[in-house]
Amino acid sequence: MNFDFSEDQKLLKEQVARYLSDNCPIEVVRGVLESDDYYSSSVWKGLVDLGLTGTTIPEEYGGLGLGPLELCVIAEEIGRASAPVPFSSSVYLATEALKLFGTDLQKENWLPKLASGEIIGTFALPESAIEPNANNIQCSFSSNAISGVKMPIPDGSYADICITVVKNKAKGGDGVSMAIVPLDNSNVTKKSLSTLDQTRNHAELTFNKAEADLMNNSDDGWSDVQQILDIGAVLIAFEQIGGAEASLSMAKEYALDRFAFGRQIGSYQAIKHKLADMYIKIELAKSNSYFGAMMLNDNGSDLKIAAAASRVAATDAFNYAAQENIQTHGGIGFTWEANTQFYYRRSQVLGLALGSIASWKDKLVTQLEEKNIN
Amino acid sequence: MDFNDTPEENSFRLEVREWLKNNANQDKKSSGYVLDEEDGALSRAREWQAKKAEAGYAAITWPEEYGGLGGTSIQSVIYSQEEAKYSVPTGFFDIGLGMCIPTMMAWATKEQNERFVEPALYGKEIWCQLFSEPSAGSDVAGIRTKAEKDGDDWIINGQKVWTSGAHYCDFGIIVVRTDPNVPKHKGLSFFFLDMKSPGIEIKPIRQISGGSNFNEVFFTDVRVPDSQRLGEVGEGWKVALTTLMNERLAIGVPKSADYPSLTQLAKDVVLNNKPAIKNDLVRSKIADWYVQSEGLKYTKMRSLTSLSKGETPGPESSIGKVVSAPKMQDLASFAMDLQGAAGILNDPDIALMHSIFQNQWMSAAGYRIAGGTDEILRNIVAERVLGLPQDVRVDKTAPFNELATSR
Repeated sequence: MNFDFSEDQKLLKEQVARYLSDNCPIEVVRGVLESDDYYSSSVWKGLVDLGLTGTTIPEEYGGLGLGPLELCVIAEEIGRASAPVPFSSSVYLATEALKLFGTDLQKENWLPKLASGEIIGTFALPESAIEPNANNIQCSFSSNAISGVKMPIPDGSYADICITVVKNKAKGGDGVSMAIVPLDNSNVTKKSLSTLDQTRNHAELTFNKAEADLMNNSDDGWSDVQQILDIGAVLIAFEQIGGAEASLSMAKEYALDRFAFGRQIGSYQAIKHKLADMYIKIELAKSNSYFGAMMLNDNGSDLKIAAAASRVAATDAFNYAAQENIQTHGGIGFTWEANTQFYYRRSQVLGLALGSIASWKDKLVTQLEEKNIN
Repeated sequence: MDFNDTPEENSFRLEVREWLKNNANQDKKSSGYVLDEEDGALSRAREWQAKKAEAGYAAITWPEEYGGLGGTSIQSVIYSQEEAKYSVPTGFFDIGLGMCIPTMMAWATKEQNERFVEPALYGKEIWCQLFSEPSAGSDVAGIRTKAEKDGDDWIINGQKVWTSGAHYCDFGIIVVRTDPNVPKHKGLSFFFLDMKSPGIEIKPIRQISGGSNFNEVFFTDVRVPDSQRLGEVGEGWKVALTTLMNERLAIGVPKSADYPSLTQLAKDVVLNNKPAIKNDLVRSKIADWYVQSEGLKYTKMRSLTSLSKGETPGPESSIGKVVSAPKMQDLASFAMDLQGAAGILNDPDIALMHSIFQNQWMSAAGYRIAGGTDEILRNIVAERVLGLPQDVRVDKTAPFNELATSR
């Protein structure tokens, strides 16, 4: 039985944790919230210098050639620090999409630049509050250009390329394709959006016959898109676990420090049970996500159900921990000066990033039904 | 990352498999975890226990001098995994071998252990644990059964409750109050005793499920020699902690109807003119319980990984019952709801799926209490895992006989 990360992976995790605690304390996150910055370019540069943007990119393309398990431990630390960087957009989604569905030429062209941090990538699926599906994608591809609107797109205000999910009438099957769109282009209009978490930029991207390079996905394009979302679900689950643990730790410290009615509030069962529930949800999320990580690493047949379970469990854990952290703090936790807000904000950004939990639960049960048939 | 055995674990597994193939009875009649002597289950269980003990598999982690295999915890887990594939009778010896004998091994004399360990291991003698009382459940140190010194003996008077198997047990371990004039944890002493001693009366408790798995045990002038005291007079709490530390290992929640059974049911019943499995609320609930069940399963894998490396499992292993017992109850309740008015039927010949959900709903109410209530387990997570302070205690310093006992 070896259901754990390796010693090397744990060392990497410690290294990333040390880098972030030294260079990305919560003041840095606050700095981004209170300024017009889209992200912390210094923290991002540090992550690039550590080589982390190329974690899973093969060495021939200038990456470290490591696997998804390494990415999972990095993700957990990014989440713990609530780091204001485009790691999930560029490293999980854009990079993995290119690795899976890029042509050889596209890989040669973009992967080295993503690895070196020369460019930042993102991934664009949603177009509005209506959940996207294979039939309602409006953004369309023809004659090597796309037109339409994508929103809200993470890091859209400053990313260099965007892997965009489009409708391509010329294509067989469901007509769903992915295309690489360089964003530094006069045919792309970027509008920064006001969101719950301004430490993670989101934008509306309007394409007006913007130059686009079609990727090599199958006729079942929608299922290819789902594959990218499944990978993202496991990796983001680890960010959520990191954020949930940070919230629990903050709540615990406050419960020990704060006295009310003549005693530490952490000695009241109402608070103890709340914190115990946070811990329980976090452990359930971790265990589900470890299995998700294993399926990702093995490209296992249970990846879809494991990804959905990771996502459902980790979203529940982070949402609960972030909101009950504020509740544990009482009034001070609701002030602008308190640091509780960063996890409260981030929990929703991560929880909604890949679509609603109601939908992921439905996917999970669909997988369960399919498994039972076989 | 994988679920595979190490080469050593694999060779142990193959050895165990071979032994089970040659020795385990495939008779369905003797199936599974039972605590009911009806139908000769006890004698079949004794027979199986003796066979296991002979081969060294009855107590894999115990030292060889006590008849164990001197093996590792992971070997013990491997044996249980393989044994679970057979319908062999288990259950009768869990409390004795899981809690009572380890307490004896820690506190009794060498001669006493030479006398008692082997018969327990071979299933010849069965042990029970006498801690809980009508007025001391979660607050087990609040017990009132008293022992008074009389020459070289102690005389015990009082009542214990929730004693599994007291009616077929040969020996028991008991914690009693020997000094009511000092604070409660300081006035306790610990003994082992012969359950056939004069003055012991055993009455079965009838549970709300209709079954009787536990007893009340009444003590009237029961004489126990001082030589059967474990630990010093007044240090019974320290000894009791040895037993309670092992309780978490011995008491779990049995296999229950889980998300697969609920999914099956949801395919069979109809809600609003369509199969219930197509109902979004039903799907959402199935997903929630899937995440909890699989979460616990993989939490166990994480603990086993620690064991496999020869380490102590981390605190994550403490979340099992506090998640699974309420899930048992909630899931059963929801499954009954899907059956509409017929959800109240509990005749296995009429109710859907042989009334497993109705039965589970009744028994789950007990599992949320047994071996640590949901509330106590949350306190344990908060205090031992997270390091939060104990609640303010009004009973820590006052003499026991001055504590409030009623309104």
